[in-house]
Amino acid sequence: MSGAAIAVEFRGVRFRHASGREVLSGVSFSLPAGESLALIGRSGSGKTTILKLINRLQDPSAGEVRVEGQPTTAWDPIRLRRRIGYVIQEVGLFPHLTVARNVGLIPTLEGWDLDRVQGRVRELLDLVGLPADRFLNRFPHELSGGQRQRVGVARAVAADPPVLLMDEPFGALDPITRAELQQEFRDLQSRLQKTLVLVTHDIPEACLLGTRIGWIQEGRLVECLPPREFLRSNHPEVQAVLRALAVKDRG
Amino acid sequence: MDLMEFLASHRAELLQMTGQHLFLVGLSTGVAVLVGIPLGIFLVRSPHWQPPVLGAVNVIQTVPSLALFGLLIPLPLIGGIGAGTALIALVLYALLPIVSNTVAGLTGVDPAVREAAVAMGMTQSQLLWRVELPLALGVILTGVRVATVIGVGVATIAAAIGAGGLGMFIFRGLAMLDSRLILAGAIPAALMALIIDFGLGLIARRFGAPGGQARRTAA
Repeated sequence: MSGAAIAVEFRGVRFRHASGREVLSGVSFSLPAGESLALIGRSGSGKTTILKLINRLQDPSAGEVRVEGQPTTAWDPIRLRRRIGYVIQEVGLFPHLTVARNVGLIPTLEGWDLDRVQGRVRELLDLVGLPADRFLNRFPHELSGGQRQRVGVARAVAADPPVLLMDEPFGALDPITRAELQQEFRDLQSRLQKTLVLVTHDIPEACLLGTRIGWIQEGRLVECLPPREFLRSNHPEVQAVLRALAVKDRG
Repeated sequence: MDLMEFLASHRAELLQMTGQHLFLVGLSTGVAVLVGIPLGIFLVRSPHWQPPVLGAVNVIQTVPSLALFGLLIPLPLIGGIGAGTALIALVLYALLPIVSNTVAGLTGVDPAVREAAVAMGMTQSQLLWRVELPLALGVILTGVRVATVIGVGVATIAAAIGAGGLGMFIFRGLAMLDSRLILAGAIPAALMALIIDFGLGLIARRFGAPGGQARRTAA
């Protein structure tokens, strides 16, 4: 992977909340195109902030976030965000639009003609396992949680963005649906080869979807390793968490 | 001579006053919509303006309508006797429900939906026109409905400063102690309010307003 271009890079990034609380205190990593980084850590450790710095919902207080080699502050935020798909736990589907119009929204904003948008929407619904004929004209409130999350994924990749951000995408689903979607998304990701940054609470999910796992603690990225090595990490906090989860599994 | 006969014999006058009444209410509500909705959008974008502006429209609403008409008469340019002054007062009254419901509707949009829209690269105006306004439309229309119904009532009092409308019958009836005249003004005005309330309620619910009675937020 040494030859691949760096898609997302953090250089000494600090982020201070408007309230004065320091959320990130010096985060650095670089993520080659096509790799996926799964960020785990306790609530409030700064994981979601890392995502929001990538698509410039926030600007760093110090340091630099680079996307495709260019600092985010030098990107036009609209152009930058159109190149980054975003999937969040609450899904954020537009309740007043049908599935078809939700999924086709970014291509429409990008000025694609109607035929091309419609073709793309069908293709995407197929891709996420929702038969287009049955789902095109439904509204989000007519869907189950799992179906909504599939639509969310389809919408995020609609204009084929090179980077995908996911914030606990499967967190609100029941365990069976979650396991299904994780597996399907893994297959999808192996076909699409997006650069993926994923925030999760779930270590098995991180191991399944991440080519690297990053442990965030108190605003720092304290460990960033491929799954196998991560599970053997000798970082005390990581060990403590892995032990706690293993005990819970046996109990 | 009972009421029906009276109405029949005064049909032309009744139609004319109903027309004047509708004109007063329609024009004032229209202006209040054109001013109030943009003002509400501005207040959501610049929340530090909300307390003074919402406070001001609230205070206007608390001034008794007869007093407001009276207060406007001596003012240069906008004052005086007649429909112009009445229209200004009616617009001021209609502003509160429209502005406050626009603010409430837009602030009520699910933050996750707004964040998703911004994160997918919508511009401010795309966010407003494609997401925020459509989602707030039901609540905004409810505000328009409340404003219109209030306007029908207040416009009856506008007759006191010579603006015409169904209030003419009522004031004349009061002066002549003639209950038929009072009813000839009051019943059509009440019917007008009910019909408008029902019609706009149907439209508002079609766009996702909460059902039931017209609702006033932040009154």
